[in-house]
Amino acid sequence: MPVGLDSYLGVHADALKVQSQRMDVLANNLANVDTPGYKARDIDFRTALAQAGSPEGGVALTTTDQNHMAVNATDEGGAALKYRVPLAPSLDGNTVDSQQEQAAFADNTVHYQATLTFLSMRLRNLMTAITGQ
Amino acid sequence: MSSFKIFDIAGSGLSAQSVRLNTVASNLANADSISGDPSTVYKARHPVFQAVQQKMLGAADAENRSESAVRVAGIVESQAAPQMRYDPGNPLANAQGNVYAPNVNVIEEMTDMISASRAYQDNVEVMNTSKDLMLATLKLGQS
Repeated sequence: MPVGLDSYLGVHADALKVQSQRMDVLANNLANVDTPGYKARDIDFRTALAQAGSPEGGVALTTTDQNHMAVNATDEGGAALKYRVPLAPSLDGNTVDSQQEQAAFADNTVHYQATLTFLSMRLRNLMTAITGQ
Repeated sequence: MSSFKIFDIAGSGLSAQSVRLNTVASNLANADSISGDPSTVYKARHPVFQAVQQKMLGAADAENRSESAVRVAGIVESQAAPQMRYDPGNPLANAQGNVYAPNVNVIEEMTDMISASRAYQDNVEVMNTSKDLMLATLKLGQS
């Protein structure tokens, strides 16, 4: 039975991508912790993962000619990128809560490492099957 | 895959916070630089931060725009009035015997310094963690 590498790695490859995007968004919140008017953002993991997993999850480019290739541009974050509901916004309109962002970043780091572990276990299994040892 | 964007983001945060620390240092160093003329006396400086907007791939509306870094939009001088002191023995005193001290609020500067230092540490931590994660990702399947 042929098994595609993508389906073999399962959801973890997509999860790794979404977690990496979330790391960018959280890093951005922490970089803008003192920017007036900046609104903290976060990625809705469930939506982002569903988008990344489905083939029609990205944004399709319009084809106006039969020679155009159907390209599925992956939407980075996209609809899954939401604004955080502020607990205590500051007077200058900034809604970044440094502690909350740090906690979210730590949470994301642990999940990223867990996904990496899952992936490396899958790859090790594959190597065992290939080498037969 | 957004690859190494996170280093740009955290790096811009580091540079912005270090500009802020520089202005704090400048303000504190000049806290006692008096002058006989209120127009030439040192004025407290503060940086203004701004999020750098970047349109994401495939996101057409403004709602889905993502900020991708922070930058220093400019440095503004405080418009508060300088403090006047009567000190006729001072060589810088004007004809009325007054000297003018800068409008630097030392307590405000110290709290600003702590805030900048914490934010700087946050950005360093982000950079370290993401570096470790990326190195681990590069080693994927090798062990």
